[in-house]
Amino acid sequence: MRNTQSTNLLSELSRPGRRGARVGALDVPAVDVVAAIPAHARADAPPALPELSELDIVRHYTNLSTLNMSVDSHFYPLGSCTMKYNPKRNERLAALPGMLDVHPYQPESSLQGMLEMLWNLQGIFAEIAGLDAVSLQPAAGAQGELTALLVAAAYFRDRGEVRSNVLVPTSAHGTNPASAVMAGFKAIGIESDAEGMVDMVDLRSKIDAQTAVLMITNPNTLGLFERNIVEIARLVHEAGGLIYLDGANMNAILGAARPGDFGADMMHYNPHKTFSGPHGGGGPGAGPIAVRAMLEPFLPTPRVVRHEGGFSLDFNHPKSIGRVRSFFGNVGVLLRAYAYIRTLGADGLADVSRYAVLNANYLLALLRDLLPVPYSKGCLHEFVGSAMEMKSRSGISAMDLAKRLLDYGFHAPTVYFPITVREAVMIEPTETESRETLDAFADAIRTIIGEPTELVQAAPHTAAVNRPDEVQAAKSQRLAWSAAP
Amino acid sequence: MSYLPHTADDVRRMFETIRLSGGPGDMESLFSGIPSECRLKRPLKIPVALDEMELESHIRELAGRNSSPASAVCFLGGGAYDHFVPAVVDQLAARGEFFTSYTPYQAEASQGNLQVYFEYQSLMTTLTGMEVSNMSLYDGASAAAEAVLMALSVTPRKKVVLSASAHPEYRQVVETYLANLGVETVIAACPSGVLQPQDLVQVVDDQTACVLLQQPNFFGCIEQLSALTKVAHAAGALAVVAVDPVSLGLLKRPGDCGADIVVAEGQGLGNHLAYGGPYLGILACRESFVRRMPGRLTGQTLDRRGNRCWVLTLQTREQHIRREKATSNVCTNQGLLALRSSIHLAVLGPQGLREVAESCLAKASYAHRRLLDGQRLSARFDQPFFKEFVVRDPQSRPNELVAELLSAGYLAGVPLGRWYPELDDCLLVAVTERRTRAEIDGLALAINSLFVSSSPSHHNNHAKHSVHQSAF
Repeated sequence: MRNTQSTNLLSELSRPGRRGARVGALDVPAVDVVAAIPAHARADAPPALPELSELDIVRHYTNLSTLNMSVDSHFYPLGSCTMKYNPKRNERLAALPGMLDVHPYQPESSLQGMLEMLWNLQGIFAEIAGLDAVSLQPAAGAQGELTALLVAAAYFRDRGEVRSNVLVPTSAHGTNPASAVMAGFKAIGIESDAEGMVDMVDLRSKIDAQTAVLMITNPNTLGLFERNIVEIARLVHEAGGLIYLDGANMNAILGAARPGDFGADMMHYNPHKTFSGPHGGGGPGAGPIAVRAMLEPFLPTPRVVRHEGGFSLDFNHPKSIGRVRSFFGNVGVLLRAYAYIRTLGADGLADVSRYAVLNANYLLALLRDLLPVPYSKGCLHEFVGSAMEMKSRSGISAMDLAKRLLDYGFHAPTVYFPITVREAVMIEPTETESRETLDAFADAIRTIIGEPTELVQAAPHTAAVNRPDEVQAAKSQRLAWSAAP
Repeated sequence: MSYLPHTADDVRRMFETIRLSGGPGDMESLFSGIPSECRLKRPLKIPVALDEMELESHIRELAGRNSSPASAVCFLGGGAYDHFVPAVVDQLAARGEFFTSYTPYQAEASQGNLQVYFEYQSLMTTLTGMEVSNMSLYDGASAAAEAVLMALSVTPRKKVVLSASAHPEYRQVVETYLANLGVETVIAACPSGVLQPQDLVQVVDDQTACVLLQQPNFFGCIEQLSALTKVAHAAGALAVVAVDPVSLGLLKRPGDCGADIVVAEGQGLGNHLAYGGPYLGILACRESFVRRMPGRLTGQTLDRRGNRCWVLTLQTREQHIRREKATSNVCTNQGLLALRSSIHLAVLGPQGLREVAESCLAKASYAHRRLLDGQRLSARFDQPFFKEFVVRDPQSRPNELVAELLSAGYLAGVPLGRWYPELDDCLLVAVTERRTRAEIDGLALAINSLFVSSSPSHHNNHAKHSVHQSAF
């Protein structure tokens, strides 16, 4: 059934003179390009792009799409990524001309509906966070981290304080320490204790007058709520530091606990995870941040404000860090988050977390004898099992299991992260999966563990390709279809 | 409504299973790991839930209060442009297999996306004349900031020169990113509307890591790019060049003009305006910098069966491996936008890109002439331009002019005073291939009628009438 001809590279499908789009005849006088563009800037010929018909293109991309797994087609329990259902109604609304065909530099009077939606969303994000002010500008979670750390740096500078360190648990996502360094701080690692929680002894030894921010992911990467979070926040605050919450795991605690209430001073959301934005093959996301009142003057501009006559963009914050992105932000992603939140309301959001946690605990109950979970009896939205036992018994590694699951029609869980668990298998089912799907997934894992080792190690058998040679890819560095132009 | 599939029976049976394995037995105890003092003990205060019909009405009502092409003709640019998006781009990119997939960590489950990104990288290198492209960044501005950080990482130098003719928001983002890194930024002035090579000579020195240039520049003017990159190179600095990808149907590629790192806003390549995002940050560079690149890269390789295939590669640059030593904190790229721009470029092909660029040039030239024919506006810069130009309102009321023209049905231009106090009597006007002669004539007529009479209401009606005529 596979059409392998259409999935040749665009450059291989190209034929000189073949056309897709044609631009209509000019209704204004043609311009003499030679006269209009100085020779130093004028190209002799357009770039050598591939030449294809529209059907060539449709067939190429349609066939390529079938080589992907996706939420629309498969269970996608990729831990820490919250691969929930992306509602179709949001897509139709995001495509309305009054939302999609709106220029970022239109006068505010021609944007009142857009600004009202964004103003509403600022308020909603503040409420869910338990914090006071919101910037919708950051384009992704990692940029939200960077933005918040720049805000923290500006806050300390404004107070005349010099603080150079950002503390980051070793179990945290790699963006945390990378963001800290980009913001001009030094990243200091904090160890995890035997239960995967922040090691309080190590933390105490590293908090000092240089501590600017502790970045914490709560619930953490193991799907556990930091038991000592209140004490952690107290220690950091007493030392004059701030708490940053990585909101990647907000799907576990919507309406159940608010970061601002458990000590966070700033946080980012991942609307493409928690609030159902489609992941788009790796973006676009968005990374709105919420902060406590004392940090508000330093947020990026513009933000949306409401006044008697309506809504407008507020640029007037002399202490603002400036901008991290052009224009307003990833508005299309924010609009989908708004539509999702308005669909659910307060009870619906709380249900999201209840059922996400229920599904994770159910799957944990089905799998814990196969993939032991080192640290805990229960979990929140996700859990991390270990394939260590399996590997030493039969030679089947976490990677083998991941690849063999593809043959059973399931996307693989996240494997080998976090690094604090050996042969980690990180599973996040999300709330939108049914009991039958979870049962089938657990059955598949049970079946695979009983299969001949060689069969599993040779997986996947049904995918278009089998275990690409990553070493060769890095060595040969073939990153484009032709050599240097 | 939470998109939940659970029946009451499902919930009961799931809790039975959980309880048997020693886990929590009811909804409330699922959250027993959260200390009581951390629990929210009231419902969230957010607006009530809406069913699908109510939601549709609500969002349509909001959308109805924004001007769109149905109610106003768009002459706005400044880095985001009303270029035509062929239906094939929307239709293919909406396929759930693209739309609802994620980062291709499992290569076997993501060959479609990986090939798309490999082709995207290839298209970007072809377009820009550079050797390597990454899988995309957030937008043109953050791509510019990342390029500057790259340049700073390959030299010990600590000074960056930004052309005043580069997009002011790109410059702001660069300055925000550099705020705590001990780097000096210098703005190179452009009083003539372009950066003069001899003026650049004055501000670059042996401490300059890179120069940020833009072609065509923020005012729409065409820079002497090759001469400017020569000045940068003579001082041992790298040339970071922001380009309008659509202009490359006519203009010499930045790689052929001495650029070391090229960045671009990819919005104009098949992506909708969407009030500023999501957009597409393009970043391409010379091969020697590949290990200093931010963001993801797709590489070609072979699988165990000897089949050609694609994987994420050179990941040791990235945050998930290198943590604080990574080249950048970037994690997600703008995959869906990269897909859209690839489809768009494939549909256009070399001739289509050329035709779009020629059409922009011809229509912008026509609009320039028509707008300056009247009594109200004058030219501000005497430079060649591509699809955008700056006009001066001697009455110094560009904001009022914009408001009056909006009620006449035109989004007429972007007032420049917000970024350039010395240009607070100026408007930036953009004309893409989508604008018709009638629309351009209508704008010129509306501007002149505003000038002739101080009674805007009468002439607004007149102008609206002419727009209406033009539509038929």
